[in-house]
Amino acid sequence: MQIKTTIEDHRIAKLAALAIALHMLEAVVPSPLPGVKPGIANIVTLYVLFKYGFASAAWVSILRVFASSLLLGQFLSPTFILSLAGALLSLGVLWLSMHLPKKHFGTVSLSILAAFAHIAGQLTIVRLWLIPHASVAYLVPIFAMAALLFGLINGIIAHKLLYNEISITDTSPRGGLH
Amino acid sequence: MQTLRSICMFKLPHYIKTRIKTKTRVMWVGDWCVLTAGIVLVAALFQQLWSHDGASRVQIRLGDTIYGTYSLNQQRNIHVQGAIGSATVSIMNGKARFSKSPCHNQYCVHQGWLSRSGQAAVCLPNQLSLELIGETKHYDSLSY
Repeated sequence: MQIKTTIEDHRIAKLAALAIALHMLEAVVPSPLPGVKPGIANIVTLYVLFKYGFASAAWVSILRVFASSLLLGQFLSPTFILSLAGALLSLGVLWLSMHLPKKHFGTVSLSILAAFAHIAGQLTIVRLWLIPHASVAYLVPIFAMAALLFGLINGIIAHKLLYNEISITDTSPRGGLH
Repeated sequence: MQTLRSICMFKLPHYIKTRIKTKTRVMWVGDWCVLTAGIVLVAALFQQLWSHDGASRVQIRLGDTIYGTYSLNQQRNIHVQGAIGSATVSIMNGKARFSKSPCHNQYCVHQGWLSRSGQAAVCLPNQLSLELIGETKHYDSLSY
């Protein structure tokens, strides 16, 4: 039996593989505070969102969470649940902020908002399930600051990836070549 | 006709040039707004959650009654009989903590030392809680 695959399937698979690779890369880099990570895999999510739309971005993001946790041996562990909660909430926020006027809000806005959503989702899980007392509150400002910083950087990188390939002949608004 | 054409010839490349320029710009008006809002939010979080008001007293509650209020300027262990057993509250150098608790999960003990005004440790199984009180109480300042 052979499953029929479309071009979109292949594209999503390729981009998800890229996101997984970035996620893996990040997993081996030590972090000063557990949980503070640049989230470079989210650059891929942003790129896909702007280029191929929300459905593809959601696929890439969710596939990345599941596949990376399987590869790192964290499937269904607290780390996986945290990762999934962050990814789902930031996808939700991305879906909402996609409808902001495109004229004024670019990748940087979406990236920062998604990063905040990511951290908010994770901290909610931590507070409700893993460490159910108030001391997590002292870490919130640090996480929020990291989210802002890395959200900004990731947004700028995603923008560079998306729009540096533009040519003079391409006049479609915010267009891709594909 | 000639003038119209010359205008078009002049205008068209200029138009494209501005389009390309706006398209490749990284930060848009909304992006700056989001970034500013983010900075304000982070600053507000730091101010709200990292207020370094020292505490002067610790209040121990048992169920819905106040068991006692103790100064933090002392070194002592207080043994409190809670709902399921005896717990020990330690006070030392302006800090307080649960140092022994009969509860199963030991969240209250693992929370460690509390030193800032408004911090609290709660032991639900034993119905005991600690709250640190500063010179000015955070929430009840209107009803003194």
